[in-house]
Amino acid sequence: MSETYYQSYGIVVALLIGGVGLVAVAFGAARVVAPRRQLPEKLTTYECGIDPVGEGWSQSQIRYYIYAFLFVIFDVESVFLFPWATTFERLGMQAVVEMGIFVFILALGLLYAYRKKVLEWV
Amino acid sequence: MIVLGFFLTAPMGIGYMEHKVLAHMQHRLGPMEAGGFHGWAQLVADGVKFIQKEDIIPKAADSWVFTLAPAVVMVPYIAIFAVIPFGRTLWAENLDIGIFYVLAITAISVIGILMAGWASANKFSLIGALRAAAQLIAYELPLILASVAVVMQAGTLSLVGISEAQHHYWYIFTQPVGFFIFIVASLAELTRPPFDMPIADSEIIFGAYTEYTGLKFAFFLLAEYGGIVAFSAIASVLFLGGYQGIPVIGHLIPGFFWMSGKVGALAFFIIWLRATYPRLREDQLQRFAWVALIPLALADIMVTGVVKVLVK
Repeated sequence: MSETYYQSYGIVVALLIGGVGLVAVAFGAARVVAPRRQLPEKLTTYECGIDPVGEGWSQSQIRYYIYAFLFVIFDVESVFLFPWATTFERLGMQAVVEMGIFVFILALGLLYAYRKKVLEWV
Repeated sequence: MIVLGFFLTAPMGIGYMEHKVLAHMQHRLGPMEAGGFHGWAQLVADGVKFIQKEDIIPKAADSWVFTLAPAVVMVPYIAIFAVIPFGRTLWAENLDIGIFYVLAITAISVIGILMAGWASANKFSLIGALRAAAQLIAYELPLILASVAVVMQAGTLSLVGISEAQHHYWYIFTQPVGFFIFIVASLAELTRPPFDMPIADSEIIFGAYTEYTGLKFAFFLLAEYGGIVAFSAIASVLFLGGYQGIPVIGHLIPGFFWMSGKVGALAFFIIWLRATYPRLREDQLQRFAWVALIPLALADIMVTGVVKVLVK
């Protein structure tokens, strides 16, 4: 079983290599065909046509780090959901109720976050 | 090889469709000259033009990451087509975790956008990239949860298995809520209007792609059209029966044409939305995902579970 299992991923790897090859060939072709005349004006950062002010990697406020925590929580939940989703029919109502409790607890967390007003983009 | 060839031609078709459909929805003609008949060769001409254009890497940019980013955006969309069935026997590979693989790999291309925006060392690019990352975080979950409901009904993760399970009826009839959530979330994943804040050409120039020229820029566009094909194909498999035709006359036409027709119809729908809706604001987008879509998707999963066990 394990042999065919790994074989089935062979084509995925082949496609990834093919995709990378495609990009490499295209970039190579562009490098051969495209002109290269570099001027200092061309190499400046574009900012509405006037000279850029300050640095490009300037301070910026990342507003969504709390969303990111919530995302991780629910992403892990979805990892649990997938194996359950394929087998719950055999296990019957008991499995549905158990998953219902699990989802309910997480949904409660989302409700709490909502009432605490962290789901606001400020 | 077939998959690679498909990836190079199908997005061209979608790109041409976007030119023409948008043009006609706005009462204009769109490209008419190239190739003679209704400008069909416009995108070929564009490709030839892009490859001849000078490739400028700004002095401030991180040149390695800057160069890698278009590839990171595009390659995942190629890899998705490995598992999408275009007919009962017409697929490159039938992975037993098909849909899980698809969802995992689509998220990678957003990392490419983040790389592009960061490496550009441009304020507008950085804003665009951070918006793209926020969008991924918000809309990946509804996408996954909507797919879980379909997996529950089909009882398998394999995309061929899901298509086969819809032999009697399509899941859009049993999972209309899931279909709605899936389409909205895919639009956001694709950063297509009305969820195109990462690009938002009227506020942040062209977002993460501002500094790109020539072929690298063209690859971002190719990846966008490839993404439309990919997400339309996944939605067709999950909700519209994939290669399964409609009853009675379904078997008269090969599955490949059913699948292509459904993908084309969904792609048309996605383009149509661009002509219809204005861009949302960033806070509206986040609010919509967390307050509306995710609770809705969770409820959908539980209802599906209860109904399926009771019906059995």
